Amino acid sequence: MAEGQRKTAKGELLLSLRNVSKQFGAVTALSDIELDVHAGEVVALVGDNGAGKSTLVKILAGVHQPTSGTIEFLGQKVTLSDPGKALEMGIATVFQDLALCENLDVVANLFLGHELNPWRLDELQMEVRAWTLLQELAARIPSVREPIASLSGGQRQTVAIARSLLLDPKIIMLDEPTAALGVAQTAEVLNLIERVRDRGHGVILISHNMEDVRAVADRIVVLRLGRNNGVFTPADSHEDLIAAITGASDNSVSRRAARKMESLGE
Amino acid sequence: MDQANKTSAPAAQLDRADTRVRHDEGIGGWLRSFYDRVRSGDLGMIPVIVGLLLISAVFSTLNPVFLAPNNLTNMLFDAAAVGLIALGIVFVLLLGEIDLSIGSMSGLASALLGVMWVQFGYPVPVAIAGAIAAGAIMGLIYGFLRNRFEMPSFVATLAGLLALLGMQLYILGPTGSINLPFTSGMVRFGQIYIMPMWFSYALAVLPGLLMIWTGHRTRQQRAAANLSSTSMSVVILKAVLLSAALLFAVWYLGKGRGVPWMFGVFVAFVVVMDYALRRTKWGRSLFAVGGNAEAARRSGINVKRVRLTAFVVCSSFAALGGVFAASRLASSSQQAGTGDVNLNAIAAAVIGGTSLFGGRGSAWSALLGVLVIQAISNGLTLLNLSSSLRYMITGAVLAIAVIVDSLARRSRASHGRA
Ligand SMILES: Nc1ncnc2c1ncn2[C@@H]1O[C@H](COP(=O)(O)OP(=O)(O)OP(=O)(O)O)[C@@H](O)[C@H]1O
Ligand SMILES: [Mg+2]
Repeated sequence: MAEGQRKTAKGELLLSLRNVSKQFGAVTALSDIELDVHAGEVVALVGDNGAGKSTLVKILAGVHQPTSGTIEFLGQKVTLSDPGKALEMGIATVFQDLALCENLDVVANLFLGHELNPWRLDELQMEVRAWTLLQELAARIPSVREPIASLSGGQRQTVAIARSLLLDPKIIMLDEPTAALGVAQTAEVLNLIERVRDRGHGVILISHNMEDVRAVADRIVVLRLGRNNGVFTPADSHEDLIAAITGASDNSVSRRAARKMESLGE
Repeated sequence: MDQANKTSAPAAQLDRADTRVRHDEGIGGWLRSFYDRVRSGDLGMIPVIVGLLLISAVFSTLNPVFLAPNNLTNMLFDAAAVGLIALGIVFVLLLGEIDLSIGSMSGLASALLGVMWVQFGYPVPVAIAGAIAAGAIMGLIYGFLRNRFEMPSFVATLAGLLALLGMQLYILGPTGSINLPFTSGMVRFGQIYIMPMWFSYALAVLPGLLMIWTGHRTRQQRAAANLSSTSMSVVILKAVLLSAALLFAVWYLGKGRGVPWMFGVFVAFVVVMDYALRRTKWGRSLFAVGGNAEAARRSGINVKRVRLTAFVVCSSFAALGGVFAASRLASSSQQAGTGDVNLNAIAAAVIGGTSLFGGRGSAWSALLGVLVIQAISNGLTLLNLSSSLRYMITGAVLAIAVIVDSLARRSRASHGRA
């Protein structure tokens, strides 16, 4: 892929989605989604459960095909017909359900589909790269030669994140990457997101943790019931953001906050 | 000063940073981790060894001929054909699929060999290539049905079983069997050709030497990359044990006729396919698809192509097994590939340690399993049991193998070993 090799300048438009819709039978998971991602930018994608965040990520990863709409990558219209194609172009993904092969060891999972030396696997080099990558993530993994089945949830998540970094992608999408991580590992992942951004890559981060989102995001894109529902910056107020996510200024979050205030006032 | 020395002392090896992990060193450590693995349901070669010991004990008390060197040589002659078929099915089982038509495929291949070679007068290599090509085409069809229509391989190959059997009967015509020329190299290969003793001995020590050599080289490379490695004493112990066993086997067989070339060729195929499974990207992708097809797809693996190749490899080996069977029996007949051939091959792979659930297995399982299956079949023949009893017993053996597989799988799941 020639376009996959090109170096990207900071601020350049990497990815742009126009009117992307996705239907699962009767369910409209996404309708008319617009999204831009620039080089050197962290875009947070937030929304309630079932808002369509993972579906959007899967479309960009080539796992699902959009029902309609256009996707442009580096200014060219592209069809992401399968995950291999997305990876080749430089779009790497950490899926919410991780998508690891439990019967294979950590090294095999990290390099799956991109093994070094296809006709005589270079296990040594792969193992060394695996340890280096995992150390960058402050991973606590006892052995890279044990099957994934023997790892804890957080350890698996670290492996999935490490795998997405392996191919030096242009855009990396993380679907709730810190959901199962410990304090130190979460901080490492946030550091890593910043490092990746500073290297001039684009990052799409999905998280329900608004603190993490505000800490690293340059823009916060809100999805609600499969539609765009506003774009925010970390400078915007928490209440506005919550209102956009839940769809009303009078919502369970604000009511809860008000009750707290009242009980404090008494 | 002392302090500084300590911290700058050899940096901890890359893979030895986690203090919670027990790192087993030396022979004692190897035995301990072996014991742990078995307890967690990773049985390895144990079912085969236990099976072979039991079988030998029972049959040799019933009929001392069972363990006679010449009988064992016969057994190896017989094992090659079913072994090749079992080797093929390993690749399909690894994906969690199945091919129930391997018996019919081998029968059709043996019929094709007879027709092309004896009736049409084609040269033997052409006839063999034709038979294998027929297998490859059948594999392509199964793969296509699975990929395009999501047809469960169980159903597709069950249909194939009948269709292939029909074709076999059709091309053999009314006479129903073709005798292969007794003086031909092809038949001598299946009945007479034995390796020279010096060659057998050389082959018996080769794996041990290779183990030590690669073990040593890997150790050096890993040390250079700051990684730990198994201690040399373990490697040497394994190599010595293996060489001793192989040398004893060759010596014992040498008291009779010796080691058949046919068996040697089968083992060579096992070695090649073992390399393909463990050391190539394609082999890795077979395991990945068998373990989690969706994860494999998301890693950019072309799952459909992997499936297609597995079915092609399986059917091709089934065809080659049919060719071997024809040369062993010196005929292509309507009976070739029928009866228990199908289940014997599947049972061999499962007994050898390839899981029916996908994602686990090895090429060696075909070799190990076929020894067990052939020993049973040979022992029952020596006892002059009717085929009705033989079928029942083979059925029971397959059932036991599958039960062991299921139990081991459950145990592995609860020990986090997938
Ligand atoms: N494969 C599928 N088939 C049918 N419907 C689907 C499928 N995947 C997602 N959906 C539907 O699409 C909608 C959006 O789901 P999605 O997984 O994208 O939500 P999400 O925003 O990631 O939620 P969460 O925060 O819980 O992860 C849901 O209503 C879901 O039921
Ligand atoms: Mg989701």
